[in-house]
Amino acid sequence: MTLAATAAPLKRTPLHSLHLALGAKMVPFAGYEMPVQYPSGILNEHLHTRSKAGLFDVSHMGQLRLSGADPVKALEALVPGDLLALDSLRMRYTLLLNEQGGIHDDLMATRLEDGLFLVVNAARKEADLDDLRARLGRSTTVELLEDRALLALQGPAAAAVLSGFCEGVGRLGFMTAMETTLAGGKCLVTRSGYTGEDGFEISLPAAGAAAVAEMLLARPEVRPIGLGARDSLRLEAGLCLYGHDIDDTTTPIEAALAWTIGKRRRAEGGFPGAAVVLRQLGEGASRVRVGVRPDGRAPAREDTPIVNDVGVKVGRVTSGGFGPSTGGPVAMGYVDRPHAAAGTPLALLVRGTARSAHVVRLPFVQHRYYRG
Amino acid sequence: MSTFRFTRDHEWVRLDGDLAIVGITDYAQSQLGDVVYVELPEIGHRVEKGKEAAVVESVKAASEVYAPVSGEVAEINEMLTTDPATVNADPMGDGWFIKLRLDDPKELDSLMDEEGYRRFIEEQH
Repeated sequence: MTLAATAAPLKRTPLHSLHLALGAKMVPFAGYEMPVQYPSGILNEHLHTRSKAGLFDVSHMGQLRLSGADPVKALEALVPGDLLALDSLRMRYTLLLNEQGGIHDDLMATRLEDGLFLVVNAARKEADLDDLRARLGRSTTVELLEDRALLALQGPAAAAVLSGFCEGVGRLGFMTAMETTLAGGKCLVTRSGYTGEDGFEISLPAAGAAAVAEMLLARPEVRPIGLGARDSLRLEAGLCLYGHDIDDTTTPIEAALAWTIGKRRRAEGGFPGAAVVLRQLGEGASRVRVGVRPDGRAPAREDTPIVNDVGVKVGRVTSGGFGPSTGGPVAMGYVDRPHAAAGTPLALLVRGTARSAHVVRLPFVQHRYYRG
Repeated sequence: MSTFRFTRDHEWVRLDGDLAIVGITDYAQSQLGDVVYVELPEIGHRVEKGKEAAVVESVKAASEVYAPVSGEVAEINEMLTTDPATVNADPMGDGWFIKLRLDDPKELDSLMDEEGYRRFIEEQH
């Protein structure tokens, strides 16, 4: 049988030694050596996160600081979100758009007292830096925070665990941030994540990161989780992976992310590709991202052709695999709009054979974000 | 129990009467991770040595299982359809994939024996 080979000189996160000590299987990802799984395996790590709490090292992602005369107004010109209405320490999921209305990257933007804190995809951070510096203008400074780690603690037990170390996080609202201390070091904690579960992301100096991770892992509810389970968790949650479900050719409307376009922005425009995006908002886009559930047991992975009942290609899978919490195969992909309604029967061409499937509403697993 | 033979692609094969039983090795299942789906050929299907005979999928990826020898599929392990994790739990026993009616038993001679496969895996690291 075929086994994957590994590769070249890779960057390491501040938790690298800890991953090795925990017995992680390391793989290359976005130029970093990252843990894809620990000895318990992807299935167990995934299920544990949804039942207790999983700790993820996501330090490979880009942490950016925007400062200057009016960084919020400057960034708003590049995204469809309503950033001006963001109060201090509130955050928003938003999209950097290009002139055709395509998505350059998806990111989390947190408003701080004196600027913005952004978390961008690891594979896009260099491209985002270049893009932001080119398009934001000289009155805004964009700084890549290189000496910081990013940890994610996700799952129903996350709040109870973190509250034990950090007063007040239990009351932190969803999509809200607080500046606080962990293990004696300053950090920024946000109530957000990429699993569909309640949870937190912790931005902290690289030097203290391994100690904080070990402190959290010492709790019996917490286990280390690798990128393999991170992917299966976000797929079940219906969340996009840049470069797969969204890219510079997909508009927010096609990507079923119209909700990121603020009400005022719909009326005013003033973001890249607004003409295209707002027209699609009114008329609908010719293709749409949907959930696809194979009827059988065979997973349908990225690039699997999607065909209609007479074998005509109507789309393709952009993310697909096995959903441990659903107990079966799950997928997301783009289909031509006439075939996008939930319940539409489709077929997936897996290894040359048509396997029946249906369009389903996302997410596959209900979100359990903290609502107070 | 007759001896196991091994391929460089981490399949094993052993004779059971006039049938050859085929599976993937313990090394292969540990590299693969949790098996979530197995696709087996139809009974009566012909497989050629070195060509794809089955597919085994983990959460992350699909992998091909190649036929160590040529022959006709006489039996398939239905248990893997309902409980694919058997491949992880008992790869050399209950986790067998297919049983083949062999074209030529001498094809087994050119495969690695247990000691040879053990050395082969060590060289991988």
